[in-house]
Amino acid sequence: MKMAYYPGCSLQGTARDYNESILDICNTLDIELVEIPDWNCCGASSAHMTNHEVAMRLSIRNLMQVKDEKLDILVPCPACFQRLKAADKALKHDPYHWDVDDYSPKFELVHISTFLAKPEILERISAKISRPVGDMRVACYYGCLSLRPQHLTDAVNHEMPTTLETIVSAVGARPVSWSHRTECCSGSLTMTRPDIAGKLVGDIVRAAERGGANAMVTDCPMCQANVEGRQLDINPSGPHIPVYYATELITAAMSGSYPEKQQKVHLVSAQVLQNHLNQAALSSTEETR
Amino acid sequence: MQNMTISPAKGNRKFLKKLKERNIDVQTCYQCGRCSAGCPIADFFDLQPMEVVRLAGYGMEEKLLASETIWLCASCDTCATRCPNSIDITGLMDVMRELALRKGIKPAVPQVPAFHLSFMESVKRWGRTYEIGMIGAYKLRSGDYMGDMKLGLSMFMKGKLSLVPHSIEGKPEIRDIFAGKGKEYER
Ligand code: SF4
Ligand code: SF4
Repeated sequence: MKMAYYPGCSLQGTARDYNESILDICNTLDIELVEIPDWNCCGASSAHMTNHEVAMRLSIRNLMQVKDEKLDILVPCPACFQRLKAADKALKHDPYHWDVDDYSPKFELVHISTFLAKPEILERISAKISRPVGDMRVACYYGCLSLRPQHLTDAVNHEMPTTLETIVSAVGARPVSWSHRTECCSGSLTMTRPDIAGKLVGDIVRAAERGGANAMVTDCPMCQANVEGRQLDINPSGPHIPVYYATELITAAMSGSYPEKQQKVHLVSAQVLQNHLNQAALSSTEETR
Repeated sequence: MQNMTISPAKGNRKFLKKLKERNIDVQTCYQCGRCSAGCPIADFFDLQPMEVVRLAGYGMEEKLLASETIWLCASCDTCATRCPNSIDITGLMDVMRELALRKGIKPAVPQVPAFHLSFMESVKRWGRTYEIGMIGAYKLRSGDYMGDMKLGLSMFMKGKLSLVPHSIEGKPEIRDIFAGKGKEYER
């Protein structure tokens, strides 16, 4: 299997670990990723908030960089995904307006969780799991941009999505039901208005705790950094809830371990995943006795 | 409804025309309040989302462009997704933010546009975002030296922020985009 890949800036910076886990999974599952050559930043929120034309043209350039228009494009970052979808729709609607003569590509833009939650991909993941993530209770957190607005994202169910829960269950962890799965964490304000980000993150983390979670899982690099990072301000002494990428759970279940090197990249203690893997190992040796 | 302005005498026709071009039909708002009810940041706004939409319908551009709301809105799209009349409230916020910048109106929450412009500066220069450069530029622009560095600092300590800029080959194309290439006819 072969796909085009748009990693985006976060996955080369703050979310390098996210990128590594994705490459690792694709390698294990024999999925060849072809990076879009010389891609540029999608502009994220900052572009569309300040300059509509620049925002659209930045993402349009990325679509123009695609060389094999038959390969679906895998996009991990929800912000990039939403921006690329916006450009794709604008081009399909009126290519001429954007100085493009003809735009009728065969590819689709696919957000990572939608991709991983496909039955045939889950099946391939399951076949490679060496140790299911024991009894970890996980609050799946989607945030905004892979879902909203639906007319851009084509999300199947933007108020009640299920892809992360499907993935988390497949690796043996237990998704909890909770209230704030699709609430905004205000990641775009975290540098400028930490007070607002602190309040929103506080609400989200408390909701996850009320749901009985001891970990959170997301597919968004901004949510990951903001929800972990802001906990340090609002509750300096802890305990904190770690936020894993769904792909980290998959690689941990495949390899059977969540190495210290990966734990250390988190802004709060991220040991709980390794603890659960250890427990799972213990109970499986007991079973075999 | 598109052609029926509520208060044409007071309204700013150019502003309303701009919204129409972007398919943002503020006149269909019947003040149900769903947008305000679901907004995660409404507690911090000086104008609630439903007020923003109504004022936009009146064409009351000056009040809107001077508000804190346009800068505090995180573009989470909760309001727009839930609006029974499918009003693109997030798009409305975008139009107002861009207009405020173009008109040079003093932003009510200056650090927010300072951040976005620093981000854009980085994209313009390298083709991709350069996190450390961007944070530095933001600090300079906003004068917010003492403000929130903790998150940046802890990410830096974790080796999460890249130390060298990621530069792309197509930088000239990016510069053309920023220079407004292709947009000449719209001006
Ligand atoms: S949800 Fe839509 S119709 Fe209701 S108040 Fe808000 S903008 Fe108006
Ligand atoms: S897009 Fe802005 S106004 Fe709408 S719900 Fe989100 S923060 Fe509130």
